[in-house]
Amino acid sequence: MTRSAFTDATGTSDTSDTSGAAGPPVRDSPPPTAAPGRRRRGQGVAYLFLSPWIAGAALLTIGPMVASLYLSFTDYDLFSAPNWIGVDNYATMFGGDERFWHAAWVTTKYVLISVPIKLGLALAVALLLNRPRRGAGLYRSAFYAPSLLGASVSVALAWRALFSTGGTVDEGLAAVGIDTGGWVDQPQYALLTLVALAAWQFGAPMVIFLAGLKQVPKELYEAAAIDGAGQGRRFLSVTLPMLSPVILFNLVLETIHAFQAFTGAFVVSSGRGGPSDSTLLYPLYLYQRGFTDFRMGYASAMAWVLLAVVAVLTALVFRSARRWVFYAGENR
Amino acid sequence: MTLSKRVVWHALVAGALLVLLYPVVWLVSTSFKPATEVLSTLALLPTEPTGDNYAQVFDGVGEFGVLHYFRNSLLVSAGAVVGNVVSCSLAAYAFGRLHFRGRGPMFGFMMITIMLPQHVVLIPQYVIFQQMGAVNTFWPLVLPKFLATDAFFIFLMVQFIRTLPRELDEAATLDGCGPVGVFRHVVLPLLRPALITTAIFTFIWTWNDFFSQLIYLNDAEKFTLPLALQLFVDQATQSAFGPMFAMSVLALLPIGLFFLAFQRFLVDGVATSGLKG
Repeated sequence: MTRSAFTDATGTSDTSDTSGAAGPPVRDSPPPTAAPGRRRRGQGVAYLFLSPWIAGAALLTIGPMVASLYLSFTDYDLFSAPNWIGVDNYATMFGGDERFWHAAWVTTKYVLISVPIKLGLALAVALLLNRPRRGAGLYRSAFYAPSLLGASVSVALAWRALFSTGGTVDEGLAAVGIDTGGWVDQPQYALLTLVALAAWQFGAPMVIFLAGLKQVPKELYEAAAIDGAGQGRRFLSVTLPMLSPVILFNLVLETIHAFQAFTGAFVVSSGRGGPSDSTLLYPLYLYQRGFTDFRMGYASAMAWVLLAVVAVLTALVFRSARRWVFYAGENR
Repeated sequence: MTLSKRVVWHALVAGALLVLLYPVVWLVSTSFKPATEVLSTLALLPTEPTGDNYAQVFDGVGEFGVLHYFRNSLLVSAGAVVGNVVSCSLAAYAFGRLHFRGRGPMFGFMMITIMLPQHVVLIPQYVIFQQMGAVNTFWPLVLPKFLATDAFFIFLMVQFIRTLPRELDEAATLDGCGPVGVFRHVVLPLLRPALITTAIFTFIWTWNDFFSQLIYLNDAEKFTLPLALQLFVDQATQSAFGPMFAMSVLALLPIGLFFLAFQRFLVDGVATSGLKG
């Protein structure tokens, strides 16, 4: 039996297309080999294997998405039945709720500052570690460790202590003549505490950068060197373009991630988003609205605005990617 | 490479690492400081290391000792690990190897859910679990894992399954295996590295998770470690800072141990699938 004789028209190529948009390209698998008779029987088994996922997708994703969209047009406090109020939640949000706009602004600042710093650090350290030196593998793991620890309440608490008045960072900065006082208690600096916490976890994108750097063909560097390109030139003309798909991937992932930051802000501000709402990240305000004030309809509306913003931003990044992302083997 | 360049490189990397790990070292050392030193000194090392903070934490935080919260966290994390490993491997096998109507769109939808902010489904999910009477139990934290809601891991396993040679499937089929047999005897054993990666990440993420646990668990008796820590902080006066740090260290301990034992799986998993840390 030859493979091509039974190639399924709805085979694997369409699936790898969709995944390519979301992650690193998936290796295309060879065409399927099942005989037609077996394939029909195989369908039932396939759905059996998928049944947990299908149940989860229906009950915990699609259903709740529809319900949450509906709730966003209602006044719902969890205890009495939802009450249709049309676009009131959205109108209040955009028209009258200053804290909403403030939370959106705080989140924008947080994303705009933390993501570039995190990715910059990740790339810098990846470049540093991408040399055949003894111990590079060990360093790689060590730099990755904060990515796992940083999501915890424990580290957020340590952060709060380190960045408080009289804490190590405060005293350290004062020692070199920068007198800012503790960052945690000061509205103009408190958000930077969270930015530092996010940047500290640059290990995950760094590992992905390292994997990308390994894929860059050595010949390109040799050719560039023969053409007389110095280190800077080689970085700009070889490394960056070859790495651009990975940069895109990390950028999208980290942006989506940053929009959802919660634990650090909650712990550092004891759930209040203070001082003066300076750490009121969007998810924290959503939580307060939904689970402190029991305005579940309003929180649902906030969730949909978050989804819309993230989706539009992701689409924009992908669209802009045509200009700056280079795929090897592609002619232009 | 010249020797001096190598020395500079090592100095640079080690220096960066020192700065990076400082908060963790500080956290551990502070947890051994006596109450009088916790806030009054900035010295990294305690002058007289003491285990008092730990003794106090084991004695009780509120009504319960730290072991009680440890047990709760462990239950939730273990349930999540089993759920994810089972349900995601089943789904990944279907997506990676089997052919069925609607596979393309379903796979596309699965990939989209990876990026979906959990806030969009948060409130209806909460309502569902509330109506089931499952709020303030561990079910809302564990049950979704048995329904393959962490699509990241399906993706990771699909990636892995696609690298496995199909000839093995064919050989097993010739030997009389159906899809179930191929899954059990061929794919599952070969999938082990991906299963381990999934298990470790699920454990660490669930152990660290704060948001869902904060929403679903209300009674101190049901609290997991992150919640107990937060509760402790809210109630703590300055004198209790030492025990708080001791508890923080204990909460980080399993992650640290898992990391040391499995760092290769963790780092490789991130490199091949882009998992968030």
